[in-house]
Amino acid sequence: MHKPTIVVVGNGMVGYKFCEKLVAKTSAFRIIVFGEESRAAYDRVHLSEYFNGKSAADLSLSTEAWYAEHDIVLHLGNPVQEINRSTKTVHALLGDTFEYDYLVLATGSSAFVPDIPGVEKEGVFVYRTIDDLELIKAYAPNVKKGAVMGGGLLGLEAAKALIDLGIDETHVIEFAPRLMPRQIDSAGSAMLQSKLTDLGLNIHLNKSTAYIGGSHKIDALHFNDESALAVDMLVISAGIRPRDELAKLAGLHTGTRGGILVNEKMQTSDENIFAIGECALYENMIYGLVAPGYEMADIVVNQLTGGSKLFYGYDMSTKLKLIGVDVASFGDAFITEPDCRTIVFEDTHKGIYKRINLSTDGKYLLGGILIGDADAYNMLLQTVNNKMILPPNPEDLILGSRGDGEATGAGVMSLPDDALICSCEAVTKSAICGAVNDGATTVDSIKKCTKAGTGCGGCIPLVKDLVAGTLKANGVYIKNVICEHFDYSRQELFDLVKIGQIKNYDVVLDHFGKGDGCETCKPVVASILSSLWNEVIVKQDTIQDSNDRFLANIQKGGTYSVVPRIPGGEITPDKLIVIGTVAKKYNLYTKITGGQRIDLFGAHVNDLPAIWEELIDAGFESGHAYGKALRTVKSCVGSTWCRFGLHDSVSFAIEIEDRYKGIRSPHKLKGGVSGCVRECAEAQSKDFGVIATEKGWNLYICGNGGSKPQHAQLLATDIDKETLVKYLDRFLMFYIKTADPLTRTATWLNKMDGGMSYLKNVIINDSLGIAPSLEEEMQQLVDTYHCEWKEAISNPDMRKRFSHFINAPEEKDPSVQFDTMRSQVKAKDW
Amino acid sequence: METLTEINWILACYTDDVPENGGACIKHGDEQIAIYNFTRRQEWYATQNLCPHKQQMALSRGMIGSAGEHCEPKVACPFHKKTFSLLTGECLSDDDNCQIKTYPIKVDAGKVFIGIAC
Ligand code: SRM
Ligand SMILES: Cc1cc2nc3c(=O)[nH]c(=O)nc-3n(C[C@H](O)[C@H](O)[C@H](O)COP(=O)(O)OP(=O)(O)OC[C@H]3O[C@@H](n4cnc5c(N)ncnc54)[C@H](O)[C@@H]3O)c2cc1C
Ligand code: SF4
Ligand code: FES
Repeated sequence: MHKPTIVVVGNGMVGYKFCEKLVAKTSAFRIIVFGEESRAAYDRVHLSEYFNGKSAADLSLSTEAWYAEHDIVLHLGNPVQEINRSTKTVHALLGDTFEYDYLVLATGSSAFVPDIPGVEKEGVFVYRTIDDLELIKAYAPNVKKGAVMGGGLLGLEAAKALIDLGIDETHVIEFAPRLMPRQIDSAGSAMLQSKLTDLGLNIHLNKSTAYIGGSHKIDALHFNDESALAVDMLVISAGIRPRDELAKLAGLHTGTRGGILVNEKMQTSDENIFAIGECALYENMIYGLVAPGYEMADIVVNQLTGGSKLFYGYDMSTKLKLIGVDVASFGDAFITEPDCRTIVFEDTHKGIYKRINLSTDGKYLLGGILIGDADAYNMLLQTVNNKMILPPNPEDLILGSRGDGEATGAGVMSLPDDALICSCEAVTKSAICGAVNDGATTVDSIKKCTKAGTGCGGCIPLVKDLVAGTLKANGVYIKNVICEHFDYSRQELFDLVKIGQIKNYDVVLDHFGKGDGCETCKPVVASILSSLWNEVIVKQDTIQDSNDRFLANIQKGGTYSVVPRIPGGEITPDKLIVIGTVAKKYNLYTKITGGQRIDLFGAHVNDLPAIWEELIDAGFESGHAYGKALRTVKSCVGSTWCRFGLHDSVSFAIEIEDRYKGIRSPHKLKGGVSGCVRECAEAQSKDFGVIATEKGWNLYICGNGGSKPQHAQLLATDIDKETLVKYLDRFLMFYIKTADPLTRTATWLNKMDGGMSYLKNVIINDSLGIAPSLEEEMQQLVDTYHCEWKEAISNPDMRKRFSHFINAPEEKDPSVQFDTMRSQVKAKDW
Repeated sequence: METLTEINWILACYTDDVPENGGACIKHGDEQIAIYNFTRRQEWYATQNLCPHKQQMALSRGMIGSAGEHCEPKVACPFHKKTFSLLTGECLSDDDNCQIKTYPIKVDAGKVFIGIAC
């Protein structure tokens, strides 16, 4: 049977979405896709993440196999060059001519490059495709000063990318008198500008560029006001131009300022040719966002499969995080009094600006702008889109309610059923709640069965709330449970295991759980078992995370790292030599870690026992870098050498590290001891920190580095060593017994009712009457310490586990490969 | 229609080579095959050792368990915890589009055999 042929020109985000939606509905068409880029469609919205470690494959929207599976013929690196409407054929670059019954143009847009002398110079880039980013990345290492032309949404995103690339000085040049003139008002621009300036960005407004200087490479920007700025790289982000050249050539109607004219069926002036995405001009408007493009794709699929769905424009509300600053605009953001009533909240200290526009009768929300704090965005947008009646004090919408503590508005559950929650995938509230009722009770499962949240991801907080809300409405009590196999929190399970004196995972599962366990509950139970009984963890190796199972951290490529304990960071020359010798022998990469010790990377799993044997012979012990356990107690040199040192911080750090070494906990534990208030050991950024004073020691607890740094808080001042260790015993054991899995001490404290004063009462005043038992339990752990590696290498059965091929134990994994860098090995990129 | 292919059973290893409720890897020519000893269920499974996510030879070092009401047996890759069904090889984590190969497996008198299609 003859299937009608659809030719799709452009394999960008919208072109791809069209194919996905079409094949989901019907297999009645032959589909042929032409893409100009050499890559299949990828996620342009998250393009900048390419600079934060995402690969082209991570960004890819699909796989070659997917196209093949759906019989879609994909021609990449092969742009269509001509459309012949009379013969209904297209002609592509690589030669052939193809017939079509329907043609879908999804050619997107390109970066607009203004006609300024010098734009062709080396060091001038645009920001649109992965290829552009690769060029920028390759050029950036020699750049000291970079600039972005354009202070709009994409320009600021490009500026962030330059910062991420490590360019010391980044400038933004904007022609208009303010930033993001199309999305936010001038008060919002001013607030955004001051926040971005604080973050190190140099912003130049009212600047029009006359020419780009430099012989063949850019060396400066020269402006019309005679001023100049020395830069060695420029990214132009001055807007987009719809790619309508092909359409124009074929005689289709286009707009005077670009764009292929379409009607509400997304038909061009030729009824067999459709245009969708950023190349389409609907009612004088180019929709430069992905969600409206997806809607257009849906309209065409609907039309081709006999439906009658039409396009009526699309909401252009946006929320973004620009260089760490929230920016959102929604609904009618620019309407002003007297056509509306406006409420503005401004906090220049914190850099927050919020504006909402209400209907003149105060009943409805029309739109608004949020800078610095956009948490309320999703709910406000829903309130506009669903024309919800406002509460009596609408200012609460942006201020939060003050007084009786009741949450503002009625929350997500009050949204109408047809409220659009995920605009990228057009999923409504009722679809999500329906899926929950059908058994999809996690965000992951909702993503899978409704696709909500799989586009830009902006609606995920709302989806989460809807899942929780629906479950609650169904009378399901939502408890902080470990996973589908255990209906208990970690703390509850800890107590149950303790009371039952259980020492084995399968028995715990039989008694308190169901199913066969998983990668979430196994390590949690493993951690509970070792915090309680402190047995050798490799006895139950298969319930441990890979790192704990092989007593080493797994690395890119499948090798492992070796981190011997160096208590307090103190090491003898002889031991240093041993580390060097071992590293050389097994060809390991060595690096001084941020925790004052030495990491040896790139060990084959087969070599681990021999490496450790040599280290242990020289007096080293496992450093537990692989475990949720005590890591390091950092020290500063202290009174033994330092002219300011008040006490011997190194000896105390070693003493503490030796006391708590090997102890398993809900998350890793780190400490520090400084010899005076100058704090060279950074003790206040640790789970516990000790600082010498004239009269003794100060003890700080619950600090954290990592992605959300938090300073430790003072627990006790001027105490002696014995008291300090006693308080530490109580603190650590209380944490180990009560914290949720993978919760650091800082987060544990943040979630604790009563906070620091409650914790202080428990530890110092023994308000719960458990201090003696906490101390006893800790002492028991200290007394049962063993070096895990020592046990592993001296037990032949355990040693046998350290091989890659069980049927060829001598052979190493042939897929492991290294590069070299600065005369050491390095894992091959993935 | 079901296609019938001849299956060639190869001796992969001995039962006590594979840890209880865990996996181990064997070499078959240039192929790496992960074998799982699901002691809790008295079941054995075999899949490719390569995790399709970042092309890491790692699945045999992953944790096994079950998902859902029907207790679908699965393995989680140690790198980024993508999970795969041990029955079908389907990726159970939210970004699907990847599938791993599974192999028939049988145990006889302490010996583990894997079926290789020929
Ligand atoms: C090696 C080292 C980096 C270095 O070359 O300096 C390192 C390497 C890793 N860190 Fe770290 N961290 C290292 C010091 C730190 C520090 C600095 C410190 O300890 O003073 C911090 C911030 C301080 C803190 O923890 O509060 C740090 C905060 C993290 C975090 C974030 C923790 C958080 O609470 O947000 C993670 C992720 C996690 O644990 O979930 C992490 C996780 C990791 C992992 C384990 C990631 C992984 O799973 O593969 C890295 C593996 C190393 C390996 O394969 O051996 N690493 N990491 C440092 C080892 C120190 C040591 O001797 O043990
Ligand atoms: C850095 C960046 C950040 C962004 N952030 C956001 C965001 O946060 N939110 C949001 O909603 N949107 C964002 N966008 C916009 C979003 O990416 C676009 O709206 C979306 O990609 C449009 O899809 P499209 O398919 O119409 O065009 P494109 O994705 O540009 O795809 C068009 C494709 O067609 C190809 N093509 C052109 N002519 C031909 C031809 N003759 N033959 C064959 N192929 C051809 C092009 O090479 C291109 O691959 C961002 C864009 C960029 C560049
Ligand atoms: S060592 Fe730590 S900071 Fe560095 S890449 Fe690994 S986890 Fe991230
Ligand atoms: S490599 Fe397996 S999950 Fe990433």
